[in-house]
Amino acid sequence: MNGGGLGEPLARLEGREKVTGTARYAVDHPVDGCCYAWPVPATIAKGEITSIDCAAALAEPGVLAVLTHENAPRLGEVDDATLLVLQSPRVAHRGQYVALAVADSLEAARAGAGAVRVDYRAEPHDVVLRADHPGMYKPDKVNGLYATDRERGDFDAAYADSAVCVDEVYRTPALHNHPMEPHATTAVWAGDRLRVYESTQGADWVRETLAALFALPEEQVTVSCEHVGGGFGSKGTPRPQVVLAVMAARHTGRPVKLAVPRPQMAAVTGHRAATEQRVRIGADAEGRISALAHEVYTYSSTLREFVEQAAVPARIMYASPHSRTTHRVTRLDVPSPSWMRAPGECSGMFALEAAMDELAVACRIDPVELRLRNDTDTEPDSGHPFSSRGLAACLRDGARRFGWAGRDPRPGVRSEGRWLTGTGMAASCYPAQVAPSQAEAVAEASGRFRVRTNATDIGTGARTVLTQIAAEALGVPSQLVDIEIGCSDLPPAPVAGGSSGTASWGWAVHKAAQALAKELAELGGPLPETGLSVRADTAQDVADRSQRYARHAFGAQFAEVAVDMDTGETRLRRLLGVFAVGRVLNPRTARSQLVGGMIMGGSMALLEHSTMDPRFGDHAERDLASYHLAVCADVPEVSAYWIDEPDEQLNPMGSKGIGEIGIVGTAAAVTSAVWHATGVRVRDLPVRPELLLPGLGEWQVPNG
Amino acid sequence: MKSFGYQRAQRAQDAVAALAATPGACYLGGGTNLVDLMKLGVERPELLVDVSRLPHGTVDRTASGGLMIGAAVRNSELAAEPVVRERYPVLSQALLAGASPQLRNAATIGGNLLQRTRCLYFQDIGKPCNKREPGTGCPARTGVHRELAVLGASPHCVATHPSDMAVALAALDAEVHVLGPDGQRTVPVTELHRLPGEHPERDTVLAHGDLITHVELGPVPEAVNSAYRKVRDRASYSFALVSVAAALEVLDGTVSRVRLAFGGVAAKPWRAYTAEERLLGGPATEAAFTTALEAELAPAEPLHDNAFKVPMLRNTAVRTLARLARSGGPTPGEEER
Repeated sequence: MNGGGLGEPLARLEGREKVTGTARYAVDHPVDGCCYAWPVPATIAKGEITSIDCAAALAEPGVLAVLTHENAPRLGEVDDATLLVLQSPRVAHRGQYVALAVADSLEAARAGAGAVRVDYRAEPHDVVLRADHPGMYKPDKVNGLYATDRERGDFDAAYADSAVCVDEVYRTPALHNHPMEPHATTAVWAGDRLRVYESTQGADWVRETLAALFALPEEQVTVSCEHVGGGFGSKGTPRPQVVLAVMAARHTGRPVKLAVPRPQMAAVTGHRAATEQRVRIGADAEGRISALAHEVYTYSSTLREFVEQAAVPARIMYASPHSRTTHRVTRLDVPSPSWMRAPGECSGMFALEAAMDELAVACRIDPVELRLRNDTDTEPDSGHPFSSRGLAACLRDGARRFGWAGRDPRPGVRSEGRWLTGTGMAASCYPAQVAPSQAEAVAEASGRFRVRTNATDIGTGARTVLTQIAAEALGVPSQLVDIEIGCSDLPPAPVAGGSSGTASWGWAVHKAAQALAKELAELGGPLPETGLSVRADTAQDVADRSQRYARHAFGAQFAEVAVDMDTGETRLRRLLGVFAVGRVLNPRTARSQLVGGMIMGGSMALLEHSTMDPRFGDHAERDLASYHLAVCADVPEVSAYWIDEPDEQLNPMGSKGIGEIGIVGTAAAVTSAVWHATGVRVRDLPVRPELLLPGLGEWQVPNG
Repeated sequence: MKSFGYQRAQRAQDAVAALAATPGACYLGGGTNLVDLMKLGVERPELLVDVSRLPHGTVDRTASGGLMIGAAVRNSELAAEPVVRERYPVLSQALLAGASPQLRNAATIGGNLLQRTRCLYFQDIGKPCNKREPGTGCPARTGVHRELAVLGASPHCVATHPSDMAVALAALDAEVHVLGPDGQRTVPVTELHRLPGEHPERDTVLAHGDLITHVELGPVPEAVNSAYRKVRDRASYSFALVSVAAALEVLDGTVSRVRLAFGGVAAKPWRAYTAEERLLGGPATEAAFTTALEAELAPAEPLHDNAFKVPMLRNTAVRTLARLARSGGPTPGEEER
């Protein structure tokens, strides 16, 4: 057992609780007198409820109440209209909640929900994305508050003058987050105080939202999320079920548990919106990029605007004197898209990196070399220097580890039995973000230390790493540090999102622990009976960071695939990634994050796909049998490495976020490997057998 | 969820009598499909009669040199049975290609034969489906149907049967022993499942109360050289896009015995009689295999998004036969990846 200091592979502190089943998730908390709620989804894609008949539902044994827009409490104002549940007879998309049955048992609640009769006046709906959709408009901002459009130099002229041009359209399908733990809530009222056990990536945001919706002072609301079974962005903000559960608990006067049934998740908990992306790259004969245009078309729901910022990476990745990056969005009668692991970067880097591979082929340049030739010391869009940019080091180290040297660039010339094999690569990037946070560090009379901050561990290892940060700043072994996270009564801290958690919370923990260590050193004498406590806030520190640096993590990913000549089945053989992510604080949990992201990226490349059913207006795949996530058999060998990357411009730990970069670029590495194996360029994800079969004819059985 | 009764049958006759007495009753095997469908509201039985503990849990040799497989044998048990692995590898491979280890440990042979389709419209009670609610229509034809049928469908239904095991059993001419209210009878597996026609709501020829007690295999000497190849998007835990069960005997370069059945392409395991007829007595060459397969697949009527299944199935069947034609050649499983 090591001391668990920073940089050591400390095992997850709650690992034993989780694998033995004693860790409590949102609806695992025992509460007395609990009842259960089951929502009723709309069965039209657009229109209005004309009547709701709850008589049969209320007659079901055990059913306590049915909430509808006619009797539900009126809610206060919030920006996110998806949370204003049961407030109006309007239906914005199929699957939107129109009623809620509450009963003594889960079974009775489900029976009650099934017995609610809703009549609608349906209106024609519009659910299919196309780039020339008449509703396309230019939003004010895109997700992440990035500029919608950016223009540098004269793209059109430079592109027209380029010796080599690539002009292709790439499409990504709708994807669903599908964390193992569904979105779930236990809501308990005690007089005017509200206690919520919630599956969320950030309890503070949930508290603020509930206080606004139910007209309560925030001090009367406590939201906790001790353990969270994954979120992948879909729990970054509150989702409708928490509002329904709180309503139902108030209406019945009893605690209420509500876990969103898996088949309903696709419509109410968010998804990655489909995109259509046109990428044009103009380069000289040596592959040096002169002109780069990335134009993104996507959709949002009619309830709220969420614009996948897929063209943003093109502003960062490569030297490109003439650049145009744009986003257009249309509003469809579909479920609301939202954050899914690396929103923007994940979709956008598929298109950009796939186009880079096509440019490498067009220029007859090795794809690794092409990226090295277009490396840059300054962020093209802002002109700022990078605080650190390890892309070139990752490319070189990855190529060495993967055995890239001497790769025959010709497509469709390698086979093993009936398998065609190929390799491909792509770059990764993700911004190194930080947000203000608070934390408290306490020296207890017992000799132990207590650290408190409302961070959230969604399975990443945050609890463990924050303990290590505190131990290092205090100069004590991590076993002496007790950490409290996941409750809105703790010092405020930002959401576990944007790969910013460890940097943000860790900074505050570091600051509090360091200040406590200083006070202890100055104290000289024994600790007071009540211990010694120091609270820190990083708002000023974060604001004081130099604005003159561009801060991003980078990486390089390599893939090897095999494609069956007869069936077009593609199987991953190897994924290898090398990342430049500042200082790695815990190699065990870091590797898990990076490998997890790469697996999810491979899954996106080959499997994941939500089909919008134009007739009904919903996504057809709504369980884990039909929505194909990679299983163990799909992921034979995945390795993640990182380079040493000191960076003084980040935070006191010198770390960059690692939760999302692993999924960025993987899909492009895989489609490039598929091209290398087969000669077939797949630009519409996922890579399915039917896309490859027509191009595999020359290897197949003779006709007649 | 609708309340339902539960009985555990001690004897097969008791189970049959219990069903006969209750029109809304269902047999319960491993529950791997039925319980899911109950949760979705697709199945709403009044009474479950648990037949998983009936004394049908063994695999025994028959006097004719075949096997009598109890309907309550678990999928994983049958797959691991040495005699099955040696003499009917196609069956062992088909069983192992299905579902996940956990599901195979729970699923029973009888229940596996009676799985319902995985068509997404069938599973969604908020939408029309002729199989679930006759006369409501089939949205799959113009909707999401990538995984659905290309053979033997009707304007009323394009569902596929999901079982891998059933495809192998169809190729092997297995017979199902059925105990019904009127006594015992046998039904060939190839005639157990129905094509949809005008009545997609009827998956099989079984009547209410009919209980599968055993599945009987004949000696089938050519099954020693047999294989099951399943083509799917995901490497495990996914249903077949297409699958092929084949057994082949070649003497002096000529096909002397052949059995061929397809999965993932029709409402029943599709026995390729036309291809078998063309292959028998002909040369064991890829060209001959291809011609036979083209003839078998000529009547295919694919939909917009599943046309790929026809060439995929042809290629898969030709490749599987070609492998079997190379005596002692590797089985498809060994060449994976």
